[in-house]
Amino acid sequence: MSTADLEQGFAATISADQRIEPRDWMPEAYRRTLIRQIAQHAHSEIIGMQPEGNWILRAPSLRRKAILIAKVQDEAGHGLYLYAAAETLGVDREALTEKLIESRQKYSSIFNYPTLSFADIGVIGWLVDGAAICNQVPLCRCSYGPYARAMIRICKEESFHQRQGFELLLAMVNGSDAQREMVQESTNRWWWPTVMMFGPPDDDSPNTAQSMEWGIKRHTNDELRQRFVDMAVPQAAALGVSLPDPELVWNEERKAHDYGDPDWEEFKAVVAGAGPTNAQRVARRRRAHENGAWVREAAQAYADKQAARAAGRKDCEVAA
Amino acid sequence: MTPADSDGDPTAEGGHDAVPATGVETGAGAGKRRSWPLYEVFVRGRRGLNHVHVGSLHAADAEMALHNARDLYTRRNEGVSIWVVLADDITASSPAEKDPFFAPAGDKVYRHPTFYVIPEEVPHL
Ligand SMILES: [Fe+2]
Ligand SMILES: [Fe+2]
Repeated sequence: MSTADLEQGFAATISADQRIEPRDWMPEAYRRTLIRQIAQHAHSEIIGMQPEGNWILRAPSLRRKAILIAKVQDEAGHGLYLYAAAETLGVDREALTEKLIESRQKYSSIFNYPTLSFADIGVIGWLVDGAAICNQVPLCRCSYGPYARAMIRICKEESFHQRQGFELLLAMVNGSDAQREMVQESTNRWWWPTVMMFGPPDDDSPNTAQSMEWGIKRHTNDELRQRFVDMAVPQAAALGVSLPDPELVWNEERKAHDYGDPDWEEFKAVVAGAGPTNAQRVARRRRAHENGAWVREAAQAYADKQAARAAGRKDCEVAA
Repeated sequence: MTPADSDGDPTAEGGHDAVPATGVETGAGAGKRRSWPLYEVFVRGRRGLNHVHVGSLHAADAEMALHNARDLYTRRNEGVSIWVVLADDITASSPAEKDPFFAPAGDKVYRHPTFYVIPEEVPHL
């Protein structure tokens, strides 16, 4: 088959809204775009364990501790589903991890902000996982099969993440004045970084068109951001917290909320590595990877020994 | 160059956040290293169902693969039985040859019940 035939077959699959599967032919640019996107997504899940893991030892009750451990464990699982999806495109998980700890690949900049109080655990579940859900639900229909299937698994688990966060916040706002203040202070800190999670405005997002054409992306950054803001406003009202955006107001004509612009300079700085915790996050991930090396080697040595013994037994049986 | 290769502007793809994905190294084609082999995982959701492929994972041996599969793919009672299979041991038809490979089934419409016209008034058919 000529390249033109292959390209035509690929385009036909995409336009019929069918999924591309690992052994299908695909354009190199499509493959590379997916590897970068899935790797970045996987790294985000893995690095995302750190800000929340920070509070496991200090969770205020056994119930909250068990929930938080389960949530952090889920995020590890999300990372692994996604590394597995990336591997179907011909990359090595080990190589991706090395690129992460050498800062040659990035992860979500939301995880470069610190968790300063236990209310942050609730706000991360409510807002950060909430924003992730807005982004991830359309990815369940992504044109690349293994990525779409990983996203379906992930989305099922995310709803627990968001609900446990919201419930935690409900408990706090029904508590003392000090607890209510903690929730408000945490919301104030996380609101803008969360709004920025959807990426730059559409007129500054040059790759969106190609990604949409390929069926990797289904909605623009601003469409998803709007959806998130509209969902968050009534949730904030239910908690009795305010959102720190003076321009946030219902627009009856658009049947949607108008909202202010995030500080895109801050966003660029954090992406470039100047966020409050960039260096720490990567250093910890590196340490965990390096400290785990002997475990990986020992498990391999044990497996080799068992395999050799099994082979030896077979030889004996043959001889007998 | 396609737009996806042209610059390092941040994108929000990947569901978690906006970071530059363009121009970032992919590591594709770097070659396999000697790490734990890849296992494909199949889970039987409940009695009466087939094992269904759910994903893959790395493990040093089959026993570890089973344990990891339990922790990774059945954290919420998604299964009553797990199979793990070395990915290298799977023989697959290639989708590129799908037409000739599946052709024997393609022209046998008489294998489907809808092939047979039965008068509507005949019951239980
Ligand atoms: Fe996640
Ligand atoms: Fe999550």
